[in-house]
Amino acid sequence: MSLPETPDQAQLRERYPHIFNRPMSARLATPVVLLLALAVFVFGLVDLDFSPSRILAGLSQLGWIARLMLPPDPGSSLPVYLKALGETLSIAVLGTTLAACAAFPVSLLAARNVIPSAIFRFPVRRLFDTIRGVDTLIWALVWINVVGLGPFAGVLAIAVSDFGALGKLFSEAMESADRKQVEGVRAAGGNALHEIRFGLLPQVLPVIAGQVLYFIESNTRSATIIGIVGAGGIGLQLAEQIRVLEWQKVSFLILMILVAVAAIDWISNRLRFAIIGRRAVA
Amino acid sequence: MAVAVSILPSQQLEALSDAYHRAVARRRLRLALSALVFLAVLLAAAVGAEVNLRTFFTYFGNFVSYFDRIFTLDDGHRVWTNVPEWFWGLKKWAKLLGETLLISYVGTLAGMLVAFCLNFLAAENTSPAPWVRFTVRRVLEFARTVPGIVFALIFVIAFGLGPVAGVLAIAVHSSGALGKLFSEVVENADMKPVEGVRATGASWLSCMRFAVLPQVIAGFSSYTLLRFEINVREASVMGFVGAGGIGQELVVAIRKFYYSDVSAILVMIVVTVFLIDIGTGWLRGRLFGAEAPT
Repeated sequence: MSLPETPDQAQLRERYPHIFNRPMSARLATPVVLLLALAVFVFGLVDLDFSPSRILAGLSQLGWIARLMLPPDPGSSLPVYLKALGETLSIAVLGTTLAACAAFPVSLLAARNVIPSAIFRFPVRRLFDTIRGVDTLIWALVWINVVGLGPFAGVLAIAVSDFGALGKLFSEAMESADRKQVEGVRAAGGNALHEIRFGLLPQVLPVIAGQVLYFIESNTRSATIIGIVGAGGIGLQLAEQIRVLEWQKVSFLILMILVAVAAIDWISNRLRFAIIGRRAVA
Repeated sequence: MAVAVSILPSQQLEALSDAYHRAVARRRLRLALSALVFLAVLLAAAVGAEVNLRTFFTYFGNFVSYFDRIFTLDDGHRVWTNVPEWFWGLKKWAKLLGETLLISYVGTLAGMLVAFCLNFLAAENTSPAPWVRFTVRRVLEFARTVPGIVFALIFVIAFGLGPVAGVLAIAVHSSGALGKLFSEVVENADMKPVEGVRATGASWLSCMRFAVLPQVIAGFSSYTLLRFEINVREASVMGFVGAGGIGQELVVAIRKFYYSDVSAILVMIVVTVFLIDIGTGWLRGRLFGAEAPT
């Protein structure tokens, strides 16, 4: 059986020159970029002291550690760990709430439709960016210097670093809000505060609530690690057990973190759905 | 001009407004109840986190003055009056910052490669068998949920101190995060090209290469660039646990109260993060700009 009609290559070439005769620069672009990326990658591997023998030794060590981790066993310190887990969850909830409360009024200043002039908007935006550029762990170290070791420093660290992230998200949510309600309130004789309260707030509140819930969820993860620098919670226990090589306890703690994160995920998903559902009905 | 608002008879009106008030009251009650529950949770959290407002207010001045101190040189002048003195360790810090960037680059790329290999197995529409999908998904979930710095702590013990542990930690965590995002992109891909390629008798691998990959590659590169941004931040703290990069220098400066060093290193990190954000944003724009016309 032969093909019904063999396409005439020459004719096709003539008809679609831009497909067959692409300029050299376009043809070379992809391989060159890939080669460059690969070159940097290889340079990185060499510069950062990767060597096959080191990787192999490390992997066998890792296998040995993994074998020591089984079965997970808290020993006699289960109550301590549960308390630490509670601390972690408290840090996440409290830190996010504080951040949201602080970020909301400031984000009004950064929203174009609330304050049209750029006098406030520009510096406030840069402030948010700067705060976000510094990792939560660094904020934790700074707060430890201020209020001492313990979970309170963790709460403040999460509050500060999320202040930057939430402020940016809130102001974006406000800018994407519908203008018509605000104009309606103004037409009815409302002042600027009325406009925000009755025109803007009802629109952005569900969005903001959803974002806060999402941040509580992701902060459960961040809160597990700020303990590593001494800011309380389960990370402190985890770092300690890793340093004294109690691998069974380490694996138990990791399991606890996994379960806690999954539980928080589930709860916040339900809550978010409830909030959005109510909004759709109203 | 007569006002033409028709008002219902009062009995009908009463019934309607009663129903309205009941509905509003129910909503308000629910709102009040949830606010109460939320307050209770907050109070419990405050007790759990050992919140002590007295320490907070006593020491809050310290927080403000901390920033005063980190912007003051040892000789009592502001840092920006004597920039060479402020950035006295510029060469060393720049080298460490370069190492940080290299750690995040190598880690992101390695994680991307792993995620790339695994995500076709994890996506619902391309996975060869349900049990493969289930296992790969659980593995990715594990890699995603355990924080990168915990992996770094363990890898530092297995591979020794230094950037190798940091790279591997970032690679493992990124492969988990990217694997999930990638598999979602693949799940959104159109399956008709796959059927077309399969109809020519191609294997599973060729189906992925010629039918799925061209659809998803833009999404993949966009997510990888985003991940690189996140990883730069993460690599800046990997040094806290001895896994290389500028974090080591920063933690020493903070713990030993070398105030002006703290601000200098922080300024360098923030500027680098800014530049990386702008750079990847530009790159994303270019990639999608090139993608759009075709």
